[in-house]
Amino acid sequence: MRMTGAQMVLAGLEAENVDVVFGLPGGAVLTLYDAIYQKGLRHILTRHEQGAAHAADGYARASGKTGVVIATSGPGATNLITGIATAYMDSIPIVAITGQVARPAIGTDAFQEADITGITMPITKHNYLVKDINELPRIIKEAFHIAGSGRKGPVLIDLPKDVQAEEGQFEYPQQVEIAGYKPTFTGHTGQIVRAAAAIKKAQRPLIYSGGGVISSSAHEELLELSRRASIPVTTTLTGLGSVPYDYELFLGMPGMHGTYAANHAINEADLLITIGARFDDRVTGKLDSFAPGATVIHIDIDPAEIGKNVTADIPIVGDVKYVLKELLKRFKPADTRAWCERVLAWKSSYPVSFKQEPGCLKPQPVIEEFYRLAGDDVIVTTDVGQHQMWAAHFCNLKSPRTFISSGGLGTMGFGFPAALGAQAAFPERTVVCIAGDGSFQMNSQELATAVYYKLPVKVAIINNQYLGMVRQWQKFFYEGRYSQTSLAGSPDFVRLAEAYGATGYRAVRPEEVTAVVQKALNTPGPVVIDFQVDPEENVLPMVAPNTSIIEMIGGEGF
Amino acid sequence: MKRILAILVEDRPGVLTRVSGLFSRRGYNIQNIAVGRTVEPGISRMTVTVEADFVTLEQIVKQLNKLVNVIKVSDLMEEPSVGRELMLVKVKAEPNKRSDIQQVVSAFRAKVIDVSPESMVMEVTGDEGKLNAFILMMQEFGIREIVSTGKVSLLRGSKVTRDIRT
Ligand SMILES: Cc1ncc(C[n+]2csc(CCOP(=O)(O)OP(=O)(O)O)c2C)c(N)n1
Ligand SMILES: [Mg+2]
Repeated sequence: MRMTGAQMVLAGLEAENVDVVFGLPGGAVLTLYDAIYQKGLRHILTRHEQGAAHAADGYARASGKTGVVIATSGPGATNLITGIATAYMDSIPIVAITGQVARPAIGTDAFQEADITGITMPITKHNYLVKDINELPRIIKEAFHIAGSGRKGPVLIDLPKDVQAEEGQFEYPQQVEIAGYKPTFTGHTGQIVRAAAAIKKAQRPLIYSGGGVISSSAHEELLELSRRASIPVTTTLTGLGSVPYDYELFLGMPGMHGTYAANHAINEADLLITIGARFDDRVTGKLDSFAPGATVIHIDIDPAEIGKNVTADIPIVGDVKYVLKELLKRFKPADTRAWCERVLAWKSSYPVSFKQEPGCLKPQPVIEEFYRLAGDDVIVTTDVGQHQMWAAHFCNLKSPRTFISSGGLGTMGFGFPAALGAQAAFPERTVVCIAGDGSFQMNSQELATAVYYKLPVKVAIINNQYLGMVRQWQKFFYEGRYSQTSLAGSPDFVRLAEAYGATGYRAVRPEEVTAVVQKALNTPGPVVIDFQVDPEENVLPMVAPNTSIIEMIGGEGF
Repeated sequence: MKRILAILVEDRPGVLTRVSGLFSRRGYNIQNIAVGRTVEPGISRMTVTVEADFVTLEQIVKQLNKLVNVIKVSDLMEEPSVGRELMLVKVKAEPNKRSDIQQVVSAFRAKVIDVSPESMVMEVTGDEGKLNAFILMMQEFGIREIVSTGKVSLLRGSKVTRDIRT
């Protein structure tokens, strides 16, 4: 069929079953937006392109589908960058479509020209500058294929204004054939057999799993392996939710703010079964002292992750779900009773805890209570900072894709727009954003989006009046010199919400929490709750950077 | 250690930037790079010389393979290979020095490709050792300018580096 480039984009989105896009128009995408106007497409207009990018990301993390974001050339495109980088670091599939100046103007410093393919080269899985209308259908097909397969990630399509208007033949390819892109799906059988043998031999095995388990929907296989082989599990921040919180052998999160049980289990394990995780420095601490006695099995879809930070004794490149299925057919459990007993003793003796002080509103019970009352089907998003770590520890997660947080890039301001994306994917579910008072102010303009599109996200601001996590480092490592971490001057969040037409509540005393949370959950539409918590509270346990993960501050409780 | 990688890439705009950008952002050092055509249309070949230990080299190869436009990466030092670089050297050449220069040129099996009243341009091909020795000899006469292609390499024997991923 003959159609314009702009129409081709819409036809491509339709072929890819895209049901919603996030974006903000401008000069270089006028033609594309005109096609949207004429053809119709569920489009959520954010107030800032960063919000649109994070919303597409939150949509993808909640639904498992590829998120789509549209922006204009130049400043529109550069506003996407933090969002694209966030998705890249956590391997989240999004397709970003940017306008570009017309082909003859490229390279002339034309109005609102930015070399966005050049700029995003290091933070996209791949990107395209469309110079020929005849290539557009193939490029759209490839973009979705690359974003959503292998190790997932963001792909950007830069579409010059004149290409949007040009006519061409649209035939959507059924298949993609990219010479240089053939992700390995099936793990090597020989290595899987070796892994099974290692499990049989192990006395102190531990599963360390990450976001890859969620990405490949392998949570059931993961749990089955842990159950049938009696192997304790620790999951990274991006893997949280893949194991239910109340599963007996679940040890919580490892690393810098990991649990005592998880970090000590890593330290004493003789077999570390690494599944869809990448030995990030926030997990490993000092590399030389990480899992010192363990044989390492490393299962990952991305060969480049294997051997990058930690040498794998048994490397298995492949889709995590596929590999686990094969492993489940082959392994024979070892007797791990003594080990499990030891690990479970750590778990029960040293849970992540906090000190209650009468009359003082602590952040942890706020999060705990919010999560408890929000119901089983809730999706939680977070910003970045102390509240994020408390959310990781105190939300009793039951299933995958219910905990959405920026792990690799650690992007403040991610939580709220990501929550809007998750809510757009699941209009009927409760979506709660655990926000920091600092982080929330980085994208609070999206309150307008939430109100206008009736996205009833509940935002729990853990208001400690500080850039709390930075303050904590200043307290621990800079002798309490609080340089530029006070957030004095922040707005009244209740009135801010009201200014946008949302509802605002506040809680200052512990006894108010339950009632306010209930009220918030029962209020239709978006709600912001300002929880004015103890500014002195720190995230514990903590491991100082580049030290061994068993050198824990506050690991043994209070 | 020094390694030589042959990288087959799709001949698309920006592909050189993708490859060189990957090297710089991950902190790998390119010592030498040459890009040119192959027998297959649409596919170019880069020859990159890097200084890297074994672990780093493995990472470089894996990261390169992740670039969508990269079709195949081969380490040419794993097997015997031949490599050459072409260099043009412009030296000061007063008439009384010309025969001395000519002697060096023939010893190195180089070629004089331009002569002017005050200078000569020589073409020389070889491996790094030979080119360095040539430069050393020419310094005596006064080098005005040097340009070189970067090293290109092929495996010895009938084996080829093909456009298929292993
Ligand atoms: C965009 C961005 N800028 C700066 C930082 C560095 N940083 C990490 S945590 C943090 C403080 C966050 O403050 P807040 O949102 O109030 O959360 P809290 O730690 O107080 O819970 C900062 C500034 C970051 N992660 N992201
Ligand atoms: Mg704060």
